[in-house]
Order: sequence, then structure tokens, then C-alpha cells
Amino acid sequence: MAAPLPSLPESAMWSVPADEPLLEVSDLVVEYASDEPVRAVDKVSLRVGRGEFVGIVGESGCGKSTLLYAISSLLTSPARVVSGSVTFKGHQMTSLTEDELRQIRWRDLSVVMQSAMNALNPVLTIGAQLRDAMAAHEKVSPARLRERSEDVLRLVGIDPIHLRSYPHQLSGGMRQRAMIAMALVFKPDLVIMDEPTSALDVVAQRSLILRVKQLQREIGFAVLFVTHDMSLVSHLSDRLAIMYAGQIAELGPTREVFSNPRHPYSQGLLQAFPSIRGPRRPLTGIPGSPPDLRRPPTGCRFHPRCGQVMEVCSRDEPRVHQVGDTDLVRCHLYEAEA
Amino acid sequence: MVATETAGTADQPGESGRAGRPSHPVLRARRLTRHFKVGGTFGRRTLHAVDDVDLVIGEREIVALVGESGSGKSTVARLLALLYPVTAGDIEFRGQPVASLRSRRRKLDYRRRVQMVFQDPFSSLSPVYPISHGLLRALILHRPELSRTARREEAERLLELVGLTPAREMLQKYPYELSGGQRQRVGFAAALACRPEVILADEPVSMLDVSIRIGLLNLMAELRERAGVSFLYITHDLASARYVADRMMVMYAGHVVESGPSEEVLTAPRHPYTQLLLAAAPDPWAPLGEAAEGDYGEPPKVVDPGEGCRFRPRCPLAVSACENITPRLTELGPGHSAACHVAADPALR
Repeated sequence: MAAPLPSLPESAMWSVPADEPLLEVSDLVVEYASDEPVRAVDKVSLRVGRGEFVGIVGESGCGKSTLLYAISSLLTSPARVVSGSVTFKGHQMTSLTEDELRQIRWRDLSVVMQSAMNALNPVLTIGAQLRDAMAAHEKVSPARLRERSEDVLRLVGIDPIHLRSYPHQLSGGMRQRAMIAMALVFKPDLVIMDEPTSALDVVAQRSLILRVKQLQREIGFAVLFVTHDMSLVSHLSDRLAIMYAGQIAELGPTREVFSNPRHPYSQGLLQAFPSIRGPRRPLTGIPGSPPDLRRPPTGCRFHPRCGQVMEVCSRDEPRVHQVGDTDLVRCHLYEAEA
Repeated sequence: MVATETAGTADQPGESGRAGRPSHPVLRARRLTRHFKVGGTFGRRTLHAVDDVDLVIGEREIVALVGESGSGKSTVARLLALLYPVTAGDIEFRGQPVASLRSRRRKLDYRRRVQMVFQDPFSSLSPVYPISHGLLRALILHRPELSRTARREEAERLLELVGLTPAREMLQKYPYELSGGQRQRVGFAAALACRPEVILADEPVSMLDVSIRIGLLNLMAELRERAGVSFLYITHDLASARYVADRMMVMYAGHVVESGPSEEVLTAPRHPYTQLLLAAAPDPWAPLGEAAEGDYGEPPKVVDPGEGCRFRPRCPLAVSACENITPRLTELGPGHSAACHVAADPALR
């Protein structure tokens, strides 16, 4: 098994009371400014506890990546946080200065971007890039740097010999694992992953997610994992949020969302991919396509595509309800029960 | 109805109509091979993208070609579409060797009948022209007999056939106004404009959202019925292959390692690679097994391969024969073949 990560001095870590969530997003609204502002994230609330694995599933353009960028304070103009808050380890992320953010990023919170092919610098070796990242955050001796670089590469299953390799000499799967290694050098509390496996083949994808899950259990970091493929997170995440058109449509324990999907959109998604086992049956998918966020539909944003649409759906925005074990469902169907 | 219209292709020279010979293969390839030269003058080496692939696509049949990136599946499609010349092997279309098509007109005719739909609907449509442009051009080129108004009507009918309605409005739209799923439907409409008999669909749904994909798969099944087209469906997704395809072929490192009826291949996979793919496919309703230690799912680069099974470095069943004898595709059940020494002779195990 992989070597344990070298521990950091305690002073480098911010302490957080055990009962407080590691990350708390409340009523977050993010807009892209233009003639018609695009509200990409609309009143999203989400908690991530210490060591918890939370999956966010949604189609392209549903705002899932924007949400991640907002959480890690990586938004650039024209996107901006309009209202709401992101609290990470007791700190208001939106009010931190660039210097303070630099202290947190990579050390306490790290991000693994979608495309490893573009995220690594093509003209620097993997070792040099790891070195840069570490040197930017603390003074370490070259020997210690080297030792730690080798440790993290071993952790993700790459031979340390590749510290001297350039990105083009590695396969796609190795590059993506190298990205994860970089995210783990400081043993962060939260690792944010934006579709880390979407460019990989199924076998490589599975090998990578199993490794992430194993590391998460051993090191104990929390993960916020964004993907468009619901089946991918089915075995990974503790809780699952389903996003549609900038809002969270449903949020609950992963097993519950899979066995009792409450929102018609979640039900549709589960009906949208064929299975390799069981009887072959015709599937319908979800008719139509996701809305243009410049002009979202009135009322419930899913109503033009919904099979269980009612009169009220096109008129009023649905409230969120807690139904059974599911923490949150944004749908008029559950209005009566509440 | 489209099927009756496409039967009109029988009047082409040297061709038999589709009617009356259902068992006859539309497209057949034998020992299809494509090598690429890599490296400079001194380090010249050969990349074996496709080696000895046999393939048959029957009338109104959907055949899935499944494999990971780098397995050679797209190269097979490009060879069949005559985008690359073959290194060795031959392709037959309705019994006639494609290599014998000498004149430009005959080659064009083949290209019209065997159409390709590409993976990326975001870059396969010209952004500066409305949808009508590509469709009408295909119609002008391949069906010169149509008048101006007939062409427009035909373009509208094609858009309706692929589920883009209202067709009249759709024709005026630019690609940026369409979603990925709609663009891919335009790709199918453009292919259908040529009244093809085979469509080679290279990962047509992999760039689309999950909720949209199934609609495109259903469209393929529908076009098979309504337009009488056969499909080669290229994908890395076993589940979608099972959903639409009658038969599937699994490729690994340029070789076909298993082929047979879809259901048969998935319920009783004979090749260890197919078994690995099946185990790796994400399935929320199956327990998550453990990955083999040290297997990171990296397919090999097939540069100057020697004899022997190309899967052997990753194979849990490898025996000494795998080192130096390349296994051939052998029939192990009705219509079900695998290229594996151990599967062919379990006593080796």
C-alpha cells in the first residue's frame, strides 16, 4: 500500500470544532454579468462534513462547475457572487483577501480540474511542478521536497521515476493521477474534483476512482466530486446533490437517491442510461434539453420537460421539502405532504 | 415512407437492390489492416492501429464496435469510409470489392452509400452557415435530379425524420442556436441526405449529456426501421452497445478479441478483456468490486508488436502460449468468437 503522507506542523492547520461542518454553502447566488445576466447558481445550500464524500451530478450548463469555482473563490469576471455565503473552516471565503486565500488554497483546500491534459504545464517536469507548488507555500529543504514528491506520487500509484518525466510522456490516466497527487501534497481537508475522470477510459476511470476513495478513507479528507455521470458516483459518495438549471433539485444520501429518487428529474436521469445487466427494456431519456439560463422557464425550471407537470408548476417556483430520508427535494409534488 | 425510396438505388450500375437478399451482407471486410509509420528517418517504426480485422454488417443490422481509446475502432471506421487507404485486407460492398472501384464516379457512389457521423457535434458543423447549408449541399452533390423546391422539401423531411421540428424553422438556425443533441441529429440528417445504406457512427453520443444520449440511440434504431440503414456503432460504452446493437465486436490494441450477439457477449464473455471491461463499467445496482492491483487501465501502444497476445501483460489468465502465438478469433459458440488461447482450450488454465 501507499506510504502515509508526511504530516504538517499543527500550526499550519486551522482548527475547526468537530461538530461544525467543514464547508457550508448557504443561499449562494452566482451570476455572469451581461445584458441579460445569467444566473448560473441560484440559491444553492450545501454542507460538507469532515471526511465526507459529496457528489454533485448535473448536465452541462447546470452550473455545477460554476458552483465549484465559487466555493474555491476562483470565479473571474464576468462571474460574481451576488449573494449568499461560503464558509470554509469557519472563514467567510467571499470576504478573504487574495493573500489569505493563498494561505488556504492547496494547503487546506485543493482543486483537481477537469482536463489534466491542459492543467499541467507541458514544458516542466512533473517533479518541477510539484516543487513549485510546495515552494510557493512553505520553505522546505530540497531533500525534503524530493522525499515528499516521491511519497505523493507513490500514493496515487505512479513510479517516482516519473518526477523527471514531462506531461506528454505520461498517459492520460497517469496525468490525471499526477494532478491528484499534486492536490494531496499538503494533506488538505477538502479536495474539490471537477469531472476528474471524464477524459479517461472505463477501466482507467474505475482504477482512478477506487484510488481516490481509498485515499479518502485513509487520509480522511472530504471530497466534493462533480460529474455528469450519475452511475460513477453511485458507490463513491455519501451524499448526492442533483443540480438542474442552477439549482439543487434533490439532495440526499446516495443510496436513497438511487433507490427512491423523488424529483422527476432524478427519476428521469436514472431512466436515461441503459444497464449492462438485467432485462433489456426501451428507455425514453428526458425529452427536450436543458433551459437557457438567460431566460429560465417561469415557475419550476424543469416543468417544460417534466412528465408529472401540474398547473402550478409553470406558475410558482417550488419550495424545498424534506421527504423521508431525502434531505431536500425542490418539487411541487411534495407540497401537500409538507 | 423512406424505405421504399431508398430501394430506388437498385438502378445504380453494377449493384443489386436491397430487396430480396436479406442474408447478404451489405458491407464486409476481410483481414483489414492499417499501419502508420512513426518516428523519424532513423528511428522509423510501425504503429499497428488495426490488424487482421474481419467484419460483416448485414442488412438493417446494427453492429457495435466496442473498445477503449487507442484500440483502433475509429481507424476501422475511417478505413471503411475510405478516408485512409488500407495497408492490407479488402472491403466488399454488396459483394463487390471496393478496391475495384476505379472511376471517380464509382468511388463517389460508394462514399454516398457509406456515410460517416462524427463524434463531436460542436466542431463538425460550420459555425458560419445555417443548418440548411450543409444539408442542401449534400443534396445538390448527391441527388442532382432534385429541383430547388424539391431539395428544400427533402431537407425539411430529413430534419423531421431525425426529430428536429418544426423543420422549416430549424433549417434557418445556426449551429450555436442548437444544443449538442440537436447538432448531432443534424449530423444524422446530413448523412441521410445521401440516402446511405450504411452509417458509420463514430462515438455519436459520447459528447452529449446523459439525458439526451438515449434519444439519439433510439433514433438510430428508428432509422434502421424507417430508412432501412445499417449501422456500425462505435463506442466505448458497453451498456449503450447492448441497448442498440444486434451484435458487438470488442477491440483491443488493434485486434478484435471477441465478437458475437450482444446479449451473448455480455452474459457469457469469453475473452478476459471483455470480462475486465464489464467489471469496470459503472453500475449503480451492482456491488463495487476491487480493482486488480497495479492495473491502471492503460492500453498498450502498438508499435512494432511481435507475435503473441497483446492483452497478455494485463491478463490474469496468461499462459506460456500467449507469449509467442497470436491467438486467432475462433468460434466458441453459435456466432460467438473470441481470440484467446485459454478460452479456446480451458485445459490450458
